[in-house]
Amino acid sequence: MERVAIIGVSQTKYMQNNPLTFAELVYEVTTKALEDAGITVKEIDNVVSVSSDFWDGRTISSMAISDASGAFGKDITTVEGDGTFGALYGLMRTLSGSFNTTLVVAHHKGTESNMRGITNTAFDPLVERKLGLDAISSAALQARRYMTKYGLKEEQFALVSVKNHGNAKRNPLALFPMEITVEDVMNSRKIADPLKLLDCSPVTDGAAAIILATEHAAKKLVPPQKCVWVKGVGHCADAFRLGDRDLADTRALAAAAKRAYSMAGIQDPGREIDLAEVYDAFSYMEPLWLEGLGICPEGMACEHLERGRFDFTGQLPVNPSGGRLSSHPVQVAGLAEIAECALQLRGEAGDRQVEGAKTALAHGVNGMCGQAHCVWILGK
Amino acid sequence: MSDWKASVEPMVFPGKIAVPYTWTVGSTLSKFYCELRDNGKIWANKCPSCGTVFVPPKVKCINCYRDPNIWVELPGTGIVESYTIVRYEEPMLHPRKAPFVYGLIKMDGADTCMVHLIDEIEPEKVRVGMRVEAVLSENREGNILDISHFRPVK
Repeated sequence: MERVAIIGVSQTKYMQNNPLTFAELVYEVTTKALEDAGITVKEIDNVVSVSSDFWDGRTISSMAISDASGAFGKDITTVEGDGTFGALYGLMRTLSGSFNTTLVVAHHKGTESNMRGITNTAFDPLVERKLGLDAISSAALQARRYMTKYGLKEEQFALVSVKNHGNAKRNPLALFPMEITVEDVMNSRKIADPLKLLDCSPVTDGAAAIILATEHAAKKLVPPQKCVWVKGVGHCADAFRLGDRDLADTRALAAAAKRAYSMAGIQDPGREIDLAEVYDAFSYMEPLWLEGLGICPEGMACEHLERGRFDFTGQLPVNPSGGRLSSHPVQVAGLAEIAECALQLRGEAGDRQVEGAKTALAHGVNGMCGQAHCVWILGK
Repeated sequence: MSDWKASVEPMVFPGKIAVPYTWTVGSTLSKFYCELRDNGKIWANKCPSCGTVFVPPKVKCINCYRDPNIWVELPGTGIVESYTIVRYEEPMLHPRKAPFVYGLIKMDGADTCMVHLIDEIEPEKVRVGMRVEAVLSENREGNILDISHFRPVK
C-alpha cells in the first residue's frame, strides 16, 4: 500500500454557545489547516465533510458548508458518523489514485439543539425509540453491565474524570479544565445511575480538520517534519440493538484494533504505543475501550488507571488532551483526536506534549454504547 | 479588522423541525406486535443454523445471516442484566416521570435482552439478577409499550 501522510491539522477552541455559524467554524479550521500545512486551497483535490443532518437541523448538511471547506469546483462527500470514520473515507479516497490530497473537516454545534432528543432518534423507531432511550440512559445500562461483569466500582470510573479534566488544564482548546477529586465526581448530581454529572461529557461546539496526502504529494508539498504517517487503521461494527450485544463485551473494538495493529506491525500495543486518545464520552468508557484495545486484560483497566499507568506522566498517557470528558464536539471528536495525535508526534503539543512520542493511537466510536469502532495508529 | 464584529448584536433564530412519518413495521415485527396486541403474548424467533433466539424477533440472524424462521413463544419472564435509574425529565421522550428505571432484561427462553421499563418497585431496590415479569398494558395498540413495564416476580 502507498503511504499516506497527515500534512496539516487544525481545531477550534471548544466552547458552548459558540457565536460562529457552522460555516464560519468550517472556514476557520480549513484556513488554519491549510496554514499549518503551508499550502493553498488550490492544492486540495477533494473534501470529505463530517456532519450529521439531525444535529445540524438541515438535510444534506455538507452542501451548506461546501464553500466554507474550499470545495467549490471540487468533489465533496460526507460521512455521517465520528470523525475517525470520516478520516477513514478520506484515507480511502487518497489511496484510490483519484486524489493526491484530501481535506477532512468536521463541525458540530450540539449546544444549539437537544442532545437527548437527537440521540433518541438513533434508536429503532419500531422498537426502542418509543421507550425514550438516549445516549445517556443507554450508556448507564452499559456502565452497570461493565461494573457487574468485572466487579468494578463507581469510584474507579470517577478517577477517569479526575484525570482527564486535570489533563485539560494543559490544553488551551479544552472546554472544561478542572482540578477535581473522586469525591467531587461522586457528589455531583445523579443523572442516570450509576452515571453522575461529572461522569458525562459535555456536548460542545467546535470543528477540526486534517489534510491527507499521498507520500508522493506530501514530499512535494511540505517539509518532512510536517508529515505524520498513517501506520494502521482498523474498523468494525457490532449489532445495532443493545439487547443483541453483551454491552461489556468489546469484540468489535478488539477486531478493529487487531486490524490496525497488524497493519502497523504492532505486536504489544501496551508497550509500543506512546499515547492514546480514546473515546471517553462517559468516564467508564475509557477503561472499557482500553481493554478492547488490548492495552490491558479484560476487567483490569481500572486497576492500571489507579496505579497511574494512564496519567499524563504515566507509562502510557491516555487522553492527554483532556478527552471527550473535557470537550465533546460530537463527530468532530475523533478527528480532533487524530489532530491531537499528529501534534504530539510532531512535538508541537505545547504544555500537553508527551515527551518522545513516536507512536500514537486515536480511537473513535459510532452508534450507541460503542456499536462501531475505528482505530488509527499514527507515527513519525 | 474584527473591530466591527465586537459591536454587532449576536442574533439567534429559534426553530423546530416537525416532519411526520409513517414507518413500515415489516412482517417480522408486525407479527410480534400483533401477537402482543391481540393475544398478549411475547414471541421470539430462532435461527435454524446457530439456534440463537431473538426477542424482539429479527429479520436475519446477526451471526449467520439466515432467516430466523422458527417462531417461539416466551413466558414473558426474565432476569435483570443491567438497569439505570433515570433522574432527569424529558417529557418529550420519556413514557414516565423521573425517577424511573430502564432495565436490560435477559428474557427466559431467548438469548438476547429486551430494554424496557421496570416498575412496581422502588427504583433504589432494583438489583442485577432480579427476576422480573412483563406486565401488559390494558389498552394495547401494537407497539413496544403494549408491555407496560416489567415488575419483580413475587
